[in-house]
Amino acid sequence: MRLSGRGIRCMRGGRDVFSGLDFETCAGEALAVVGPNGSGKTSLLRMIAGLLAPAGGSIALEGGDVELTLPEQAHYVAHRDALKPALSVIENLLFWQKFLGGDASDARGCLATVGLDHAIHLPAAYLSAGQRRRLSIARLLTVRRPIWLLDEPTNALDSAGQSMFAALMIDHLTRGGLIVAATHMPLGIITRELPIGSAS
Amino acid sequence: MTALAALVRRDVKIALRVGGGALIGVLFFLTVVVLMPFALGPDLALLTRLGPAILWLGALLASLLTLDRLFMADHEDGSLDLIVMGRVPLELACAAKALAHWLAAGLPLVIATPALGLLLNLDATSTSAIGLTLLVGTPALTFTGMIGAALAVSLHRGGLLLAVLVLPLSIPVLIFGVAASEAAIGGFSFGAPFTILCALSLISFVIGPFAAAASLRHGLD
Repeated sequence: MRLSGRGIRCMRGGRDVFSGLDFETCAGEALAVVGPNGSGKTSLLRMIAGLLAPAGGSIALEGGDVELTLPEQAHYVAHRDALKPALSVIENLLFWQKFLGGDASDARGCLATVGLDHAIHLPAAYLSAGQRRRLSIARLLTVRRPIWLLDEPTNALDSAGQSMFAALMIDHLTRGGLIVAATHMPLGIITRELPIGSAS
Repeated sequence: MTALAALVRRDVKIALRVGGGALIGVLFFLTVVVLMPFALGPDLALLTRLGPAILWLGALLASLLTLDRLFMADHEDGSLDLIVMGRVPLELACAAKALAHWLAAGLPLVIATPALGLLLNLDATSTSAIGLTLLVGTPALTFTGMIGAALAVSLHRGGLLLAVLVLPLSIPVLIFGVAASEAAIGGFSFGAPFTILCALSLISFVIGPFAAAASLRHGLD
């Protein structure tokens, strides 16, 4: 499996954010998109996720499931974490498991992996920022998708949470997964860096 | 199918929990209809004559009141991104969301109608005729209103814009809903306006999800 972009151009609000961006990454590899604030890291992830149309260039996936589009094979974890405050932790997770479909694994087991098994029936409104992030990570585990698109995934996680997440990412990569992460902080795994928006 | 059922169940559950807003529509409907006899005075014949129009206007405004949350809440917390990315066709997901919205906010209006009919001096036949037209017509209000709700998300404007966009679309439903109710009360042919109302609902089931999905896809950023 190979994910690549050629000559991608990003326009936001009539302003060029970046242009002529090329990248390439293969299964088993993590690509860290790095750059200053406002350099277009999130925009690049949203373009890969099919949520933002590139102003130019193309993004292609080779060797994936031919029946499915690129966004349908990807998980997207972002700042807005798609959790409903009125629903409990397990209700939130089970909903996304059923809605996203595909190979599912035991939701309670996933919550135990991310260290939220003590709060299963707690409404998501009462979760701390770190716990919300852990619940988003549980969504990555509960349904299998080969591509993980992560926007500042380690934000708000404590050091135990960061090492737990690093182990999960390594596990995902060894099973032939692919990660594209926008980040300021080291993820704790071996990554290839894609600098964008440098002072040029 | 399980994905769509899960979406409907989630939205109904959220709407019925504290702060979900399903009851706000019914309360508003109740308020509008209860205030009418006070405003119009104790003229029973006048109330009977205006009854269908009052109930229909109340239902229309009440359904408009909760409609702007249809996509806005999911847009704000990022759920909409995941719904757009998902394997379920966006048109079907939109239809499922509209169905859930109608179950939580539209159906209670229909259920409240018999009680409110009493306040407007309507007899059992008239009330059941109006209840039937609301049962058939409120889904059309939700499914056409969904187009406005999707546009409001794409344009980053909620509230008043939605009302301006949706009200013109709901005029035909209002005309034939009231016409069918008055026909039943006055002893005219109930069938003709009622079947047109059914047809309007069926058309909105087809056009609404496609238009809303197109608007959501176009407005992504």
